[in-house]
Amino acid sequence: MFARLWQGRRIPLAWLLLTRQPMRLLVALAGIAFAGILMFMQLGFRDGLFDASVTIHRLFDADLVLISPRSSSSVSMAGFPRRRLVQAMADPAVVGITPVHWNLLLWRNPENRATRSILTLGFEPADPLFTDPSLAPKAKLLQDRGRVLFDERSRPEFGPVASWFRSGRTVESEISGQRVRVAGLVALGTSFGADGNLLTSHETYLRLLPNTPPGSIEVGLIRLAPDSDPAEVLARLKRRLPADVRVLTKDGFIAFEQDYWRSSTSIGFIFTLGAAMGFVVGCVIVYQILYSDVSDHLPEYATLMAMGYRLTSLLAVVAREGLLLASFGYLPAYAAGQGLYLVVRNATQLPVTMDTSRATTVFIMILVMCMGSALLAMRKLADADPAEIF
Amino acid sequence: MVRLCGLRHHFGTGPMRRQVLIDINLNVNAGEVVLLTGPSGCGKTTLLTLVGALRQVQDGSVQVFGQELRGASGATRLRLRRRIGMIIQGHNLLRCLSAEQNVQMGADLLGGLSYRVRRDRSREWLRAVGLQDHLSKLPHDLSGGQKQRVAIARALAAKPQLLLADEPTASLDSRTGREVVELLKGLAKDQGCGVLMVTHDPRILDVADRLVQMEDGRLSQGAYAID
Repeated sequence: MFARLWQGRRIPLAWLLLTRQPMRLLVALAGIAFAGILMFMQLGFRDGLFDASVTIHRLFDADLVLISPRSSSSVSMAGFPRRRLVQAMADPAVVGITPVHWNLLLWRNPENRATRSILTLGFEPADPLFTDPSLAPKAKLLQDRGRVLFDERSRPEFGPVASWFRSGRTVESEISGQRVRVAGLVALGTSFGADGNLLTSHETYLRLLPNTPPGSIEVGLIRLAPDSDPAEVLARLKRRLPADVRVLTKDGFIAFEQDYWRSSTSIGFIFTLGAAMGFVVGCVIVYQILYSDVSDHLPEYATLMAMGYRLTSLLAVVAREGLLLASFGYLPAYAAGQGLYLVVRNATQLPVTMDTSRATTVFIMILVMCMGSALLAMRKLADADPAEIF
Repeated sequence: MVRLCGLRHHFGTGPMRRQVLIDINLNVNAGEVVLLTGPSGCGKTTLLTLVGALRQVQDGSVQVFGQELRGASGATRLRLRRRIGMIIQGHNLLRCLSAEQNVQMGADLLGGLSYRVRRDRSREWLRAVGLQDHLSKLPHDLSGGQKQRVAIARALAAKPQLLLADEPTASLDSRTGREVVELLKGLAKDQGCGVLMVTHDPRILDVADRLVQMEDGRLSQGAYAID
């Protein structure tokens, strides 16, 4: 089979057309690579920002998550009866639960007294909350009333809490008119919805928000036995629990948050538009290159037709040129994308990484761009009139 | 092999309409070399493009290999073109291909031959036109005469049964010009290939089996055979 292909091989006309004009090829590849980089950047930012919206969500030590069906996102979590979480305990696969209070509270900057809303999670200090084991010893500090753990990655607008704390100062501030003391620092990270994070005990939380209905929580974490199938348990719990609670897997909980930002805000649209711009710019560049290539070689194409070459075989030459351009333009775009992601990660702390799905998406976009342009440039071939060559 | 009967052709429409060929009757037989001469602009090249199935026949009859070209479909004309070798004044070599690769574009039209056979055939033809030392040169690096010889080799590499040549010796010196026409004539004799050649070159008129004069779109009736 391979031998026959080898025997039947022809002059690689598309390859030679491209490579015998190295300057033009270089310009074409630079243009395609530029479009590719633009798409990598915009899509990378978009996905990075969506990723950043679930910084906290990813940290939870949970296989399944209960939320209220009235919750729409991390900035508007509604409460549901804590009883539902206890009911979930009845399932044999469930090995642990953690009720979590979740709300945005007003934190007073201890330096300039300005207030700003901060995401506050309240939990039983003895319960596991995050998968990170370093939290457990710090959580013990919350057993005293009025103590909070402050996220050192919170935005500076909340005050120089972390540096004061490290220098040994007692940092006290006010939440909803209640005095709180910073008992320790944790490193969580900011997100779209929250500029900063606080962890506190169940008891302190209720003191800060005395109007919370008794027995109401915003998030219920459920841990399963290692050998159980989360999807199966999810279906069981859905059947068993009433409709005043929504059961999600941890991934589902993350997707729930991301969907909100994707569909209810303009962020997704803006960056998708940016990627589309890159696509259009790339199309224009590749079309220009292929069109002028076809125009320049029109008499030669006409000669080939006069010799008896089919129009389809000439169209195939242009198509192969498009394919070659796409492949060789993608490689530098991919490499530059990797480099730029590294720069962006270091500069913004956004979790921007090259994942396979984005790499594939951009390659397909470049391929479509090159083949579409080739298709348009082919129309010019119809002008190749073999009678004009004499 | 070629049979023209009452062929007329005109360009343009309305008041701009201009007749370039008037009642052409001409036959080219297998193994015969026919030379077509005449002042420039008299319609010789138009005649070649019509015979070469590059242009639609408007009026009259053109038969090539017994196939009527008037009203023939694009596919039919394409099939015929593969059996016709064309040597063109402007060379029209592919600039991105070496001399050898250009010739191989002609050999590639032959189906069922392995790459090696096609390549060897291309080299043979280049040797036949005296370019064995320039196989890998690009057209850019070849002189006008050398390019012309590559174009000839390319036409011959496709094993044509009919050869149409437009001023094949125009840019060659007398010796190579001579060699080239001898080559074409040899091909006609050996392979029974018909040759229709447009030329102004008085030095090669003697290779013709028949000499046809053309003037103002008409063939002069005194078409005669010389020997």
